[in-house]
Formats: sequence, structure tokens, C-alpha cells
Amino acid sequence: MTPRLRRRVFLVAAAVAGAWLLWGLTGLPDYGVYNGPYGDVLNRVAVAERKATNVVASVTFDYRGVDTMGEEYILFAAVLGVATLLRAQRDETEQPPDEDAADRHAPATSNAVRVIGLGLVGPVVLFGMYVVAHGHLTPGGGFQGGVVLATGALLVYLSGEYVTLRRVSPEVLTDAAESVGAAGYVAIGLLGVVAGATFLTNVLPLGRPGALLSAGTIPPINLAVGLEVAGGFVLLLSEFLEQTLVIRRPGEVT
Amino acid sequence: MRFLPYVVAAWLLLVGLYGIVTSRNLVHAIICLSVAQSSTYILLLSVGFRRGGTAPIFLDVPVGTRAVDPVVGALTLTDIVVGATVSALLLALAVQAHKHHGTLDPERLKPERD
Amino acid sequence: MDLLPALPVVLPLLVAAALVGLAPVCPRPVADAAAVATAAVVTVTCLALLAISLDGSVVYWFGGWTPRDGIALGAAFAVDPVGAALATLAGVLATAALTFSWRIFEAVRTLHHGLMLVFLAGLVGFCLSGDLFNMFVFYELFSVAAYALAGYQTTNPGSVRGALNFAITNSVGAILVLAGIALLYGRTGALNLAQLGQTLAPGPPDRLVMVAFLLLTVGFFVKAAVVPFHFWLADAYALAPTVVGVLFAGVVSELGLYAVARVYWTVFSGPMAGVEGLRGVMLLGAVTTALVGGVMCLLQHHLARMLAYATVSHVGLTLAGFALLGPAGVGGAVLYLLADGLVKGSLFITVGIVDHHLHDVDERRLRDRGRHMPWAAALMVAGALGLAGVPPFGTFLGKALMEEAALEAGTPWLIGLFVVVAALTSAALLRATGRVFRGLGGPSPGGSGGGAGSGAASGAEPGYRDHHRHAHPTQVAPAVLLLAAAVAVGLAPGITGVVETAAARFTDRAGYAAAVLEGVAGPGAGVSHPPVPLAAPAFWAVLSALLGLGLALAALAPQRVPGRLRDGVARVWGPVAATMRGLHDGGIGDSVTWLVVGMAAFGTLLAVVVR
Repeated sequence: MTPRLRRRVFLVAAAVAGAWLLWGLTGLPDYGVYNGPYGDVLNRVAVAERKATNVVASVTFDYRGVDTMGEEYILFAAVLGVATLLRAQRDETEQPPDEDAADRHAPATSNAVRVIGLGLVGPVVLFGMYVVAHGHLTPGGGFQGGVVLATGALLVYLSGEYVTLRRVSPEVLTDAAESVGAAGYVAIGLLGVVAGATFLTNVLPLGRPGALLSAGTIPPINLAVGLEVAGGFVLLLSEFLEQTLVIRRPGEVT
Repeated sequence: MRFLPYVVAAWLLLVGLYGIVTSRNLVHAIICLSVAQSSTYILLLSVGFRRGGTAPIFLDVPVGTRAVDPVVGALTLTDIVVGATVSALLLALAVQAHKHHGTLDPERLKPERD
Repeated sequence: MDLLPALPVVLPLLVAAALVGLAPVCPRPVADAAAVATAAVVTVTCLALLAISLDGSVVYWFGGWTPRDGIALGAAFAVDPVGAALATLAGVLATAALTFSWRIFEAVRTLHHGLMLVFLAGLVGFCLSGDLFNMFVFYELFSVAAYALAGYQTTNPGSVRGALNFAITNSVGAILVLAGIALLYGRTGALNLAQLGQTLAPGPPDRLVMVAFLLLTVGFFVKAAVVPFHFWLADAYALAPTVVGVLFAGVVSELGLYAVARVYWTVFSGPMAGVEGLRGVMLLGAVTTALVGGVMCLLQHHLARMLAYATVSHVGLTLAGFALLGPAGVGGAVLYLLADGLVKGSLFITVGIVDHHLHDVDERRLRDRGRHMPWAAALMVAGALGLAGVPPFGTFLGKALMEEAALEAGTPWLIGLFVVVAALTSAALLRATGRVFRGLGGPSPGGSGGGAGSGAASGAEPGYRDHHRHAHPTQVAPAVLLLAAAVAVGLAPGITGVVETAAARFTDRAGYAAAVLEGVAGPGAGVSHPPVPLAAPAFWAVLSALLGLGLALAALAPQRVPGRLRDGVARVWGPVAATMRGLHDGGIGDSVTWLVVGMAAFGTLLAVVVR
């Protein structure tokens, strides 16, 4: 279809489809009314049963832990996909990044950005670890904390230290972090099987709600997920940056 | 006000789809897909919202306080991760498309006639 | 150790993570062996699950969260024979594909195996799951792995394009599925399929149930490539590497149909049982898909694209079986789906072998270059006959069951559809076989000179050029074994009884709910079934194959066809072909537009029918 025809066809179709969609949505309970049994039952029993005060975390990592395992592997697969798509193919050559290249068009990073960026790396990484560790108590968890940790790497790049970034997060390390995180989730799940129950049963001691070491397998799972997410996102970052800064096709100039 | 969030969700979906359909740049199309995806976040969270309810975190409040649904929170978390990772993968594909075809225009990236 | 139902998902995930982590130190043969071995173990485990589930569904609650008072707290696998059979199909195809790929050299190989194993885990999890959101998660898992695998060969420019269209269109489908899930959750507060069904059961379908059904069905139909949601398929399947194409054509599209069927019979069959025109709407989709796929298949000269459109048209035929909305049709559809998947997998491998040795997949450019590969010709002819549904292939038995169901349901014209469509798809393959392996069909219009040099433009396999004249056993054996399995499925003693029992359980909403929520064992296999008459279906199948052969020969030697007949056909076929080609010329924008058009049309039809 030509673009103009396509736009017109789409607008007509979207109007009809949208009408049906809205009509169906009005069958939902009003906004602000929640009747369903699932959430209420869990709110009532989760803290007592799992000693985790963050009910969302206990849903994510315990009641519906298998969904989260799938989700973690979706991240794993996507990062793997990006790596296979972007790692240097045979007909491309790698040039080491040259910080002081004469043909670089962007201005060098200002000292203010450099100082603040590098200065923030420490607190950001610490905060990320805090979010990961306290996922079962307060809002947060492996996914959120892992992303914050990866932001630390991003700050290193923004401060103009791309070479440092590559040295600190080589492929081997990020791949390893990702794999250990992913395999770790499965391994923790298998603990349940070894103990005679089904996969992903929470078999570690549950402790007292509100304590850092409580909720059984939820904190270790949080750690595994945090590791995997952090490794995955740093890998994504490095792969994309490598494309622009490092990989050149034969004969190509910046 | 009764259905406003649902209407917003439907609007986001349709607007995102419109962006994909009329896009002239792959990166733009991928971002529009993210917009369409965000409609499901809004829909899920609105379905589980309870007026006057607090977050389902019982560290400072006693168990039994009126709280919103934790399950949709978990579902949305999964949805966000899926959306972000699909976007990353698509962007990698876009980088490769640009390398091979020299263009990011979906109009110029049509299949060859057999 | 209570792990069996989870094992076929957990094992590939663990091995994938290990392979990726150990990639720098893992030698290539070890990685290859590990991948094939894992796929084989998955296949055997799913087969075991199939055997066990024949006596009663296997329900496995993750985390030990069994339901309380009919409310499911956790997510579960609910393994019944149909789900286990499809999971076994995925395992068989994956093992075959990984074995075939041993001789293909690629960069970043261990990462590729990691992706394949994650793909397999997603497929299996999707088939075994009994929870709607869990199904969605595994659906996204195998989809994401599929997008990455489809575009993986970055040296082939077409595959990146195909992967982009694939990823964007299928992601839109996934968004629709999730919206449907949100609607159902808002109404029922449940995510477990059995619980959803029980909560929705009383009462006629109101607007929310109808729109939820619309969203879920459209979303899954995108994956299944039902018309008009199919425009993304040809590029993605044809230009992906063979290893992945085997799984795509063999099981991925079929899983879209399985999802619609599963969700319908566990969740919607209560409220929608009384909807009179639903069967008609579904049959309309089935017929359109089958015919469009068949015509487009005949128009292709790129071997893999031919198979891609054959996939579309056979999805249409399978949907027809499901659309009859009864256990008889479902049984035939499932059997047909299994055997057809095996045949298509085998054909994809054969095309891969041809590509590997002759460095091209366009039948015109390949004319007469296959003379030294008679075994490949045999494989392709056998595959064509399998597609046509000729006895003793399992596709014949599946079609026979569907035809009988059609007669019972009062839609005998479906038999005509099966005959015509099977003829179209087998004709395309037989024509290609004649051209490539026997040199029939006259010089190609563009001249054969320009083709050989531009092999890179249409070939699907990368770098490693195999100059041996004879294919390695690891390449031929999988193709042969898959065909053998397709025959075995059809000839297995008592298969008809097993299929009919499995279908009866698949369509029994109350029984499923009892098994999942209360642990009540399903009915035994004691129900007796009258033997299905096979004479009439055999006649139709042979007619189909003969028609296909006739069409192929007519295409190869048009000068032999009487002039008046040829002109008459050309006058009709010309505009049809041009219109079809024009419609299928678009890119991402077109695919998504057609998706919305389809959603609007289907929604309107549903509204008409439900009122």
C-alpha cells in the first residue's frame, strides 16, 4: 500500500477496533474498585506465610516465582540476542577507541561532568546494592536494583571514561555475571526439589518479618536477579557503545 | 472519572500503533512500540487499584490495612522487563539494518519480490 | 524427587546459562553435544509426560502453592495429552535441527546454542502451562528467542528485515494478549485457566468477555499467521537460518492455534457455548487463510518462502478442524498438526541441505543443478506427499478425522477445501522438485547465468561452503527420521482412540477444572470409539495428490496444456496472482495495518454473532 492509502486504511480500522476495545473496557469494574479475590487473599496471608513485608516481592519471587524465572530468561535471551547480533562479524575489524582522536567531532567532556559523574558512581552502586538487598522488605528488588547498578556503568561512560568502562566490564565478566544470575535462579529453584517439594518452593529459614535475613529464598533470588540484570544491562550498554565507537567496516572512516 | 484510565490505555495503544504504521524511521517505530506497550502497564495497574488503598508493603503499616492489589504490580514488573528487552533487541536489529541497507526507513526496507 | 513436569523447562534453561557462561572455555564439539543431548532429554521427558497424562492430567504447582477454596495462589503446569504431545513435537524438531546444524559453521556459536535452548524451554513451557499469565511469559520467552534467532545471520541482509517485521508485528500481538489478560483479571481476579473458566462459566457473554476473547484470539492468531495477521511470516521464516526455520514452520505457528483452542475450551467455552455463529466466523478465517496461503505458495520460486506459505495454508486447514468446535474436529486437528509439523520440519531441512550444497534456494536458478542428489529429490517428493496428506502419513489420518467431523457438523464442503489446498501446496513442491532435480520446466526467464553468482542474495546459509557432493549423515538423517516419525504417528496402533480420548478431555471444561483445582483424576480411557471409515478420505487424499501432480506438471510444461484451457486459466490466474503479490509486497507498516484491520473485522463479526 502507498503510505497515504495505508494511513487512511489504518485510521478507519483503528476507529472501529478502538470502538470495540473501549466498549469492552467499560465492562470492567469502575476505576478504584477492586473485587478480585487473588490480591486480597495474598495481602492477608503473605506476610505471615513468607515473612516478607513487601507483598509484591513475595508474589514475584515466591507465589508466582516461575513467571519471574521466565522473565529473567527473557532478559537473558534478549541480551544474548543483542550480543550475537552486534559482536564483530567476520568482515569487520575492531579499532581501539582513541580518546584523543583528532577526528572526534564532539567536544571533550567538561571537568564538571567528569567530577560529578565519577563522584556519583560510588553512591549509585551502593544504592543499587541496597535496593537489591532490601527487595523483600521495601519497594525494590533484583530488577530495580540491577538497573540502578547498571546506571553506575553508564555514569562512567558519560564522564568520558569509555576506555575505563571497557576495562572494568570486559565481555567475559558481563557474560559470567549474566550466566551466574540466570543459572542461580534455576539452582535456587532446584533446592526445593532436593528438599522433596516442587520446583521453586521456598525452603530456606523464613526468619522474622522486617529483618534483612528473612523470607527464605527471596533474598538469594533477589541477588541472582540483580546480578543478572546488572550484568545484562552493562553488556547491552557496552555492545551498543562498541558499535558507534569501535567497530568499523573495512574502509570506513569515522 | 470512572473509566478515564482505561480510555487513556486504549488511546496509548492506538496512538502507538499509528506511529508504527506511519513511521519513516525504525528507531521512531520502536519507540512507538514502547508507547503501545505502556498502554498495558496503565491497564494492568488501573485494574488493580483500590481507592484509598496504600501500597502492599506492610513494613510500617499493620497487615490488614486497605491496600491495592499486589498481583498486578508483579505482572506489570514482568511486562516492563519484557518491553525493555524487546526494545533493546529491536534496536540491535535496527543497527544491523542500517549497516546492511544504509537506511532506517521502513519504506525502503521492504521484502524483495520473488 | 518431584521434578518431572518442570524438568523439560528447567534443564534447557540451566544448560543455556552454563553454555553462555562457559563459552570462552568450551570447545565447539562439547557445546554441540550438550545442546543436542539436552534437546533429546527434553523430548524423552515430554514423551514420558504424554504417557503419564493419558491416565489423568498431571498438575504441578510451582512453589508448592496448591489452591485454597478454588482460588489458585500460585502458577501451575497442567499437563494433558495434547499439551504434552505438542511439547514432544517441539523437542523432536529441536533435536533434529541441532543435529542438522553440526556441519554449519557460524560465529558466536555457543551463544546460538544458548538461544536455541532458551527457545525450546519457552516452547515447552507454553505447551504445558495451566495459567494464563504463565502462558504469556513463556510465549514472550520463545518469541524473544525467535526474534534473535531469525535475525541472527547478519551477513544475510534479508534476514534482518524479516526479523524486524517479525518482532514488531508479533510484539503488537503480544500486547493484545496482555490486554485481554488484564480484562479477564479485572473481571474475575484470577489468572489460572481453570479458575477463570469456573468464574466465567455461568451467564451469557457480556461485552467484556467478548472483547477479551477478541483480544486474546487476535493476539494469538498473529503468532499463528491466520489471515490477515500473516504478512510478517514469509520473510521471517524464509530468510531465517534453516535450523530455526525447522522449528518455526514445524511448531511455532501451530502453537498460536493451540493457544486459542486451549484458552477457548478452558475459559470461554462456558459463556460462549451458546453463540451460534462462532463456528462460522472461525471457519471464515480458516478458509481465507488456507486459500491465501495455498495461492501464495504456488506463486513462490524461493523454496523456503514456498514452505512458509505452505505453513500459512496448513494453519488454515488446522484451524478449520478446531473451528468445528467439537472433540472430533479437535482430535483430527491435533493429529494433523503433529504430523504436518514433522513433515514441514523435514522439508525445511531438505531445503537447507540443497542450499548448503548448491548455494541457492531459487528453483528457477537451481534448475537442473540437483541431478546428483537423488536422495534429496526423494526427500522432497516424500515431503510433498506428506503435505498432501497421502496415506500412510499421519497427515492423512488427521485429515480423515477432520473430514468426518466436518460431515457430522454439516459442513461437507470442507472436504473440498482440504483437497484443493493440499493440491496447491504439494503442487508447488512437486514443481520445484521437477525443476531442480530433473531439469524440467524450460529455461528460466531471467536466464540461468546471472543466478549462480548472486547466491549470497537469496541463499540462507552462511559462510562455510561444503564442496562435498554427498551430504553428511548428520544432515540427511534428521530429515529422514522426521518423515519416518510423521508416518509412525499415522500408523501407531490405537492412535485414533488415543487422539479421540485426548480431544474429549481437551474440550471438557468442567473436567479440566476439577483436575486442576481439586486434583480429581480425569476419566479413564474406557470410552469406546467406533472405527473411523478410511476409504473415502483415502480417495480424497489420492485425488489431492494427483491434482497436485497435475498442477505441477502443467506449470513445468505449459506448452503441453491445450491452448484454450491454458488461456482460460491464465485469464483468471493472472489478475489473482498480481493482486496477491501486490498485497504481500509491504513492510512493517502494512503488516501492522492489516493486523488492525483484522482486529476491527473480527470484532465486528463477533459482535454480530454474539448479539
